[in-house]
Amino acid sequence: MQPIKRIHSKTVVIASSNIDTDQIVPARFLTTTTKEGLGKQLFADWRYAADGSPNPDFILNQVQASGAHVLVAGRNFGCGSSREHAPWALLDYGFRAVISTEIADIFRGNSLKNGLLPVVVDEVTSRWLLEHPGVEVDIDLEKALLSLPTGVQVPFPIEAFARHCLINGLDELGYLQSKLDDIKRYEAAHEHAAARPTGAAGQPPA
Amino acid sequence: MSARTLFDKVWTEHEVVAETADTPAVLYIDLHLTHEVTSPQAFSMLRAAGLPVRRLDRTLATMDHSTPTEAAQVFGRIPIKVDAAARQVRQLEANAADFGVELFDMRDARRGIVHVISPELGATQPGMTVVCGDSHTSTHGAFGALAFGIGSTEVGHVFATQALLQRKPKSFAVNVEGKLRPGVTAKDLILHIIGKIGVSGGTGHVLEYRGSTIRALSMDERMTVCNMSIEAGARAGMIAPDQITFDYLRGRPRAPAGAAWDDAVTRWRNLVTDEGAVFDASVDIDASRLEPMVTYGTNPGMVLPIGASIPAHEGDEIFDKALRYMGFHSGDAMLGKPVNTVFIGSCTNGRLSDLEAAAHILKGRKVAPGVHLLIVPGSQQIKREAEAAGYADIFKAAGADWRESGCSMCLGMNGDTVAAGMYSLSTSNRNFEGRQGVGARTLLASPFTAAASAVQGRIADPRELL
Repeated sequence: MQPIKRIHSKTVVIASSNIDTDQIVPARFLTTTTKEGLGKQLFADWRYAADGSPNPDFILNQVQASGAHVLVAGRNFGCGSSREHAPWALLDYGFRAVISTEIADIFRGNSLKNGLLPVVVDEVTSRWLLEHPGVEVDIDLEKALLSLPTGVQVPFPIEAFARHCLINGLDELGYLQSKLDDIKRYEAAHEHAAARPTGAAGQPPA
Repeated sequence: MSARTLFDKVWTEHEVVAETADTPAVLYIDLHLTHEVTSPQAFSMLRAAGLPVRRLDRTLATMDHSTPTEAAQVFGRIPIKVDAAARQVRQLEANAADFGVELFDMRDARRGIVHVISPELGATQPGMTVVCGDSHTSTHGAFGALAFGIGSTEVGHVFATQALLQRKPKSFAVNVEGKLRPGVTAKDLILHIIGKIGVSGGTGHVLEYRGSTIRALSMDERMTVCNMSIEAGARAGMIAPDQITFDYLRGRPRAPAGAAWDDAVTRWRNLVTDEGAVFDASVDIDASRLEPMVTYGTNPGMVLPIGASIPAHEGDEIFDKALRYMGFHSGDAMLGKPVNTVFIGSCTNGRLSDLEAAAHILKGRKVAPGVHLLIVPGSQQIKREAEAAGYADIFKAAGADWRESGCSMCLGMNGDTVAAGMYSLSTSNRNFEGRQGVGARTLLASPFTAAASAVQGRIADPRELL
C-alpha cells in the first residue's frame, strides 16, 4: 500500500445521504475475482444509461469532476453490505478520501485497509462542503486536519493504529502475524470440544 | 466484578491482546464462514504470501450469492447462465481444494445461504465470535454469539491468523416489551425498530435485543431480528441464549454431544447481561401495538404500518428523489399499490417457519394473474423439509415458482432479477435502488404480507387472509 500523508485536491459532491454499497458498486459486478478495474463500475447505475452511454446529469460525467481525488457525500456514506469492492471501486476511479458526517462501520474499516481515507466532519463543515462543490481542500493525515480554502481548519477523528499504517504504508497483516505467539497461547488456554464447528480434516497447528 | 453486558462478556473472552490507545485489540475468531463472492481476493493474498489457512477446523465454505436457483443449472444439466458467476463458483471449488477448506459445493445436500446453514448445522453456538465476508453475519447473534461482517482483506487476516484487529464497539440495549398481535411477525418488529432508530442509529454499536417480546421469539424469528441489525447500521446484534436456544441446538450435527453438551450448556447459561449492567445507549419498543410493516422508499428506515400513507417531507430533495425512484407520492396509501414480483426467501426470511407462514396464506389460493411469486428456500435442507411438510405442493398449486436454495432475488447477481420499473414485494433485507435489478423497485415486508399480496396482486394486509 502507498503511504498517505497528505491529500490536496478539489472535491466532487454527491449530496445524497445513505449512499449504500449497492450504489457505489452494484451487486452484478461482484462476480469479479480480482480487485482491479472496478473504477469503471463505480456508481454504475447513476453514471450510465441502460444502453451503457454516460448519463450527462451525473457529476462524474461532467468536466469539473475530472482529476478530483476527494468525494464529499451526505450522511451515512457506505451503508449496506461488507463488499470491499466499494472502496476498491472508489480507489480505482481515483478517489483518495471520502468526507461525510457519518461513515458506515464496515465500509470505513475496509477503506482504511486499502488507503482510502474516511474523513468524518461536523454538520456545519459538511454543509459548507456540500454547498461548495469543486473547492480545493487539504487533508493532512499526520495532523488529522482538514483545511478549507476559507482558512478554516477542522480536526477529524482517525483511529491511531490505522493512521500509523496509512502514513507508513503498512499492511495490518504483518502486525497480526507478529502476535501469533499470543494467538497460540490463547488457543492453548481456550480450546474446548464445543468450539470445533467444522468438519475439515485439518489439525490445529503446533 | 462489576455487572457486565452479554456483549462485554463475549468480547473480553476473545481478547488475545486487549486494546490500547495506540493499538486495537487482537480478537480471536471461533468460526469463519466464507463464500464465493468475498473470498477470491483473500485466497489470492494467501497464495501471494505463501500462507496456509491456519485453522481449517474453524473455517467453512459454501456457495450462495452468485449460484443459480434453477435445478437444471444447479445440478449441471445445463451450464450456469451467468458466465462470471460460473467462474466464481469454479474458483471457490479450486481454492477450497487447494487450501483444504471444507466446502458445501453446488450439489451438496448441506448447501444453502451461509447464514442459514451454519445455525442449521449447529456450527453457530452461543458465546462464539463468528465472522464472514458478508454484512448479514449479524444473523448469528441470535444465538448469543458476537457475529459481524468483514471485508475481503479481513477475510484474509482470519484465514492467515484466526484473529482480527478490532476496536471495541459500544453497547446498545433494544428493550422490547409486549405480545405481538396475530399476523405481526419478527420481520415487522425489526422493520419498526430500524424505522425508529434510523439506518445509522446503530453505527459503532452492538445491539442487544432484550425483553419479554424477544424471549418469546423462536430461533428462526430471533435470526430474522438479528439479521437486519446491519440495516440499523449496527456492527452486530445479539440475543442472550436461553432454553429456546439450547433446544434448537441439541442434536444438531456440529453441536457438542454427550458430556461436552452438558459442559457447554453450563457455560452458555452465563451468557446473559448482568443485573445492573450499563449500556452506552438504549431504546424502548412497545411491541403490543405493532402492525404489519412495509417499506415505501429506498432504504429500510423508510417504513410504515401497512395501513398508513406515505408522509411528506417538504423541501427534502433526497426524500423526494427516493419517492420518484419508487414512483410514489406523499399521501399515497400503501394498501392497494400494485406488485409485479413477490420474492419469499433470503437469509432474513428463508427459513422453514417463513415458508410455513407463506403456505398458511397460500393454501387453497392462487397467485393473482400477472404476478410472479418466487419462493426460494434458505438451504437444501429447508427445501427437503418444506417438501416433506407439503408446503412445496401448496406453493406449486398456487402457481408459485419453487426453486433450489440461494440468495436469489435478494441481490441481482445470480440471474434472478426484477425488471426495471417493476414493483417487487420482497421478504429480503434491502430496498436500495437497483438492489434486485437495474431500476427495480423493492418493498420489504414479512412472508405473511408477501404471500397475501401475491394472492391479491397488490399490497395487502395479511390479517384479512389469516
